[in-house]
Amino acid sequence: MRDCNGGRRRKEEGFCVESWQMEAEKYQMDLGNLMASDPTHHFESVPSSRFVTVILRPGSCSQGVSPGKFRLSEEELTRACLEKGTELVQAIANAVFALPSTDDRDGPIVRLPPPTTTLPREKHLLKPKPPTKWELFAKMKGIKKRKKDKRVFDEQTGTWKRRHGYDRVNDDKDIPIIEAKLSDGNEPGEDPFSKRKAEKKQRVEKQEKNRLQNLKQAAKAGALPSHVQLAATALPITGTHGEAPKKASKEELQNVAGMAATATASGGKFDKKLPGEKPAKHAGKYRKFLPVVEGKGMSSQEKQQTAKILDQLMSKSSHGMLDVNKAVTMFNVKKEKQRRKEKEHETSSAAIKLKPKKKSLKKSSKKKH
Amino acid sequence: MLKIKTPKTQRAKREFEKRAPKLVENGRKTLILHGTKTSDVLNTVLTQIYHLKRDNAVKYTKKNENIRPFESGGETSLEFFSLKTDCSLFVFGSHSKKRPNNLVLGRMFDHHIYDLVEVGVDNFRPMESFEYDKKLTPRIGSKPFFAFVGDGFESVEELKHLKEVLLDLFRGEVVENLNLAGIDHVFVCTALSSSTVFFTHCALQLKKSGTAIPRMELVEVGPSMDLVVRRHRLPNDSLKKEAMKTTTGQPKKKIKNVSSDVLQGKIGKIYIPDQKVGGIALSNDVKGLKRERREAKKTKAVGENEAKKRKTASK
Repeated sequence: MRDCNGGRRRKEEGFCVESWQMEAEKYQMDLGNLMASDPTHHFESVPSSRFVTVILRPGSCSQGVSPGKFRLSEEELTRACLEKGTELVQAIANAVFALPSTDDRDGPIVRLPPPTTTLPREKHLLKPKPPTKWELFAKMKGIKKRKKDKRVFDEQTGTWKRRHGYDRVNDDKDIPIIEAKLSDGNEPGEDPFSKRKAEKKQRVEKQEKNRLQNLKQAAKAGALPSHVQLAATALPITGTHGEAPKKASKEELQNVAGMAATATASGGKFDKKLPGEKPAKHAGKYRKFLPVVEGKGMSSQEKQQTAKILDQLMSKSSHGMLDVNKAVTMFNVKKEKQRRKEKEHETSSAAIKLKPKKKSLKKSSKKKH
Repeated sequence: MLKIKTPKTQRAKREFEKRAPKLVENGRKTLILHGTKTSDVLNTVLTQIYHLKRDNAVKYTKKNENIRPFESGGETSLEFFSLKTDCSLFVFGSHSKKRPNNLVLGRMFDHHIYDLVEVGVDNFRPMESFEYDKKLTPRIGSKPFFAFVGDGFESVEELKHLKEVLLDLFRGEVVENLNLAGIDHVFVCTALSSSTVFFTHCALQLKKSGTAIPRMELVEVGPSMDLVVRRHRLPNDSLKKEAMKTTTGQPKKKIKNVSSDVLQGKIGKIYIPDQKVGGIALSNDVKGLKRERREAKKTKAVGENEAKKRKTASK
């Protein structure tokens, strides 16, 4: 077994108490990080072939092994490293086990000292928040914060109500009647309830604006609270036209997607339907043709179609859009036809034979030849 | 026009609080990724580092072609990933003819690059190639020991930097209380030369020794490799100063019900709730009752005696 440190033997059975104390002084230990480093050990190496010459410094060397150069192979190198590592770890363990420990059900628990090696932080330190406008004002005026109760006594109903929230004290909507007074602020015809609502809305808007200003100041100082983010809603205005691009609604987007799909389909490329996409509201066809074969019942589509058109026309015509001349001629023609029919009927019944023979023009043409 | 955005759910709010800058910080998370070309060895190295740091590491599998940590424009992607995953340490692997098996270990401050160390990996032996008793396997999340051997870690700039970065990388959470039964593993780094470090991971076996302090034995377990330092970039002074700021000057948290008086010194207030005197259950073992019983016995005995006397008298 190799000795360490000026001839004190490290036996298999136990430790010499002083030896590990001396080791502790030799190594640099950071108990908080459970780290030990040995700055005195020196390896002098020769390139990457893993044959390393080790020079043992005379001070740290043991008795019985003379200082000199050793050529170590890979395994021996690892073994030497592990040995050194073991020593260091033993030194840390000695120090750690020596700390006062409390017994827990999982094992002894030891309070480690804070680490001595300073490592850089991950994020910046918190900067103090700049005081808000109200805080500055309150400080100037000497106004102190007063703790408010959650429950407040309401005189009107005579019960304890909460200060904020459902069924609260001094709620605007609880007022049933407002007297109509003719003072400078009130016009005679104005609704006082809506006026109160408008005032409240204004107050809330003002408060929001102030809050935004306070947060902007905090952001400038780098002390924005962790859960708040300030986001730009519109691009900064450059030039005279500062129109923010209108955000497309859901329906618009769906329509546009459908139109784009139709356009590309007409070019021959058919888009795949995504899993969440709903089918197009309006199918491709815009004209409805009647079926070729259909029954002749009451509900036949052709009949319905024609009836519909007729109704439309008739309803249109019933508003007085008549062609008077045409109507008159039609009426006259109809009457003439009727008279002629009546005449024929009369004469035909009386003497059919007395009628002169009608000369056919065709016969005369024949006679000439 | 600015708009105030606050998280709408409590869960989102808790996530923001976790990632916010604090006085006492959370442990560093590591981002492991690689560039367009990697070698077999490098892939194994990255996966094994990920396994060593399972709880607090994120491993990306895609190739990232626009990440070049040492160039001025090539770090924007890294910073973006660091912001999204809240990782302040990264391990970037790449392989090229000029720099074979290249690992860039880097740290971030406020999600901007703080410092970088570029190392080459030689003689890599994966975890599977070591044979050992499986009972000794170190658990994920146990606090490791560190052993740095060699004077190179004190004298050479690059090795000093590498030591710091390795410590940060494998340290885990900084804890106050340590369970001595949970001591599992140690990282041994030996400075072989002014540019090479032999890095290995061993499990600890605590053996019985005569005293209360157990004897440590190292059993090589984990990946072992030679790290050859190629390039490194230290942080510039102002950034370093900013990052090294400590919080010793900050006021401590107020302890409730404790006040200090000039005359009496430290005074504490204890609030005791009202005792419900009527509601306390009486025990059976009450002295008053005992006395009653005793007296009852006595009168009975007296009565008996008198009866006896009468009897004897009558006799």
